[in-house]
Amino acid sequence: MLAFILRRIFQSIIVLLVVGLVAFSMFTFVGDPIDNMLGQERTQADIERLRQQLGLDQPFVVQYWNFLQNAAQGNFGISYRQGRPVAEILMERAPATLELAAVSAFFAMTLGIGLGVFTAIRRDGIESNLIMGVSLIGVSLPTFLIGILLIYVFSVELDWLPSFGRGEVVDLGGWTTGFLTTSGLKALILPAITLGLYQMTLIMRLVRSEMLEVLRQDYIRFARARGLRERAVNFRHALKNTLVPVITVTGLQLGAIIAFAIITETVFQWPGVGLLFINAIQFVDIPVMAAYLMLISVMFVGINLIVDLLYFAIDPRLRVGKGKGH
Amino acid sequence: MTDATQAADATAEKPTPKSRFSRAWQSDFAWKFRHSPVAIVATLVMLVIVLSAIFAPLIAPHNPFDPSSLNLMNGFTPPGAANQFTGDLFLLGTDDQGRDVFSTILYGLRISLFVGVAAVLFAMILGVTLGLIAGYVGGWTDTIIMRIADIQLTFPSILVAMLIFGIAKGVTPVEYRDQMAIWVLIFAIGLSDWVQFARVVRGATLVQAGREYVAAARLIGRSGPAIMMRHILPNVLSPVLVIATISLALAIIAEATLSFLGVGAPPTQPSLGTLIRIGQGFLFSGEWWILLFPSVTLLALALSVNLLGDWLRDALNPRLK
Repeated sequence: MLAFILRRIFQSIIVLLVVGLVAFSMFTFVGDPIDNMLGQERTQADIERLRQQLGLDQPFVVQYWNFLQNAAQGNFGISYRQGRPVAEILMERAPATLELAAVSAFFAMTLGIGLGVFTAIRRDGIESNLIMGVSLIGVSLPTFLIGILLIYVFSVELDWLPSFGRGEVVDLGGWTTGFLTTSGLKALILPAITLGLYQMTLIMRLVRSEMLEVLRQDYIRFARARGLRERAVNFRHALKNTLVPVITVTGLQLGAIIAFAIITETVFQWPGVGLLFINAIQFVDIPVMAAYLMLISVMFVGINLIVDLLYFAIDPRLRVGKGKGH
Repeated sequence: MTDATQAADATAEKPTPKSRFSRAWQSDFAWKFRHSPVAIVATLVMLVIVLSAIFAPLIAPHNPFDPSSLNLMNGFTPPGAANQFTGDLFLLGTDDQGRDVFSTILYGLRISLFVGVAAVLFAMILGVTLGLIAGYVGGWTDTIIMRIADIQLTFPSILVAMLIFGIAKGVTPVEYRDQMAIWVLIFAIGLSDWVQFARVVRGATLVQAGREYVAAARLIGRSGPAIMMRHILPNVLSPVLVIATISLALAIIAEATLSFLGVGAPPTQPSLGTLIRIGQGFLFSGEWWILLFPSVTLLALALSVNLLGDWLRDALNPRLK
């Protein structure tokens, strides 16, 4: 158990070091920082001085170590485009993305599990087949088209919901939230559905197939024979045993939600980290790109690690047998 | 039905060489195809799309990239109606600059398909090569390649593609950026998608490497690369074709997404995604046709490739995930 945890943590650190190397290489090889910081009228002495100041005259490994130290302290330098510290910009944008991701994940999980159970219990019903059919289209539709479609129906035609921005936000000591105003909540609906739809279909399909598997087991038949109510059999006995893979997939999808928020945020001009990243790519704003990369990898690796450990904690069978790392 | 049969034979016969085994396998395959209406419809839709992309210069009534053929007075002509100033008629209407939407879609399809196919080919060559090496050589080489694959798999491929696009864009000199965008896009999408190929090929190679024919080839003194390319490769290819089809659908959507986000095909060489990006600007002003038709085309393309890939997976190898 302890060996497993230690190995997983070690692997996670390796991944972060590799990603850090990629982020660091971006600074070193994409464009010359000296060029970016000094103007046209510069002397060789200026260049040398700045080179020394930035530590660029030191060996690669030392520079990489310095970079890692700075990154660990949240210091990613100054955005080429906005001229402000990257960490500050990221902190300002993070609440928008996190709130959007949280609402989407909630939507995807509740509706996904609910519909999955429903379609599994009534597997041959018309509604179930309809839901499954629609979900197939939902998987094939690119995210941005779903967003545009929703904007067209609910903003352009019906004029019920706003098509861009966060609405009014309340500042709670550095954390801006849209949860407390009506316009903020209304602005959340369309982006959250757009972002969560794919994950919802995924969870739904997974729950359905797992439920169908479990419902065939002997202990379900036995529970029925004991005369337990349908509801108790379906939820207490069957659903509970499908949750292990569901938790794994949902956890991993949490990372995907944050990544796919880039697309949703662009469609809805949602002022989050994803929109920041896309703008950074368009203008080749390396510090922002590198910081986003590091931030999101810490999140991904963390989620992966937690899911793995959680998996281990939930399923006792894994503890007995020698489980594989992946 | 005869049309469908011919289409089936045409698609089934292209990829594999004629040997006794593959011919028998093909007839079975063709039978499955004839009995799947989904596969037939998807193939027909794809055929129409691919053909109209290839013959775009012949079909398109206008060349949207020839500024001399454009007339600004034709801007915002609704589909099927005559323009109020010039009286010109456009099947699917025109955009703000008077470009014929039908023609831009045809040319956009060419770019979407080209990028998709090229990216998948790149991913396939890279993934198959690395997978073969990892599976055949083993040891440290294997560990390093598959660790990189694992790390990359931690991140969604669209994110990897965006990042590679951003870095590559930073490396290319400013004056070449628009010209190079398509190639950068192919490189980025391809590099974000090789892992699937490598994993499957490595797995299959591990199985094949233990077989007697490989030992025999080694005994008669064939070199490692020769054994990998000439002996093992043909035996691990069939799952690769399935993955390639599914990857194609993903690559087309990835390209459209990147272009839609403004980090893909530039407006001077618009793909379907770029066209949708342009069209989104007219969502509120009522010129719905600039947005709708490229979206529907993309949807038809992605859906048909997707369905075909799913069907192919079931038909070729039911055990493959």
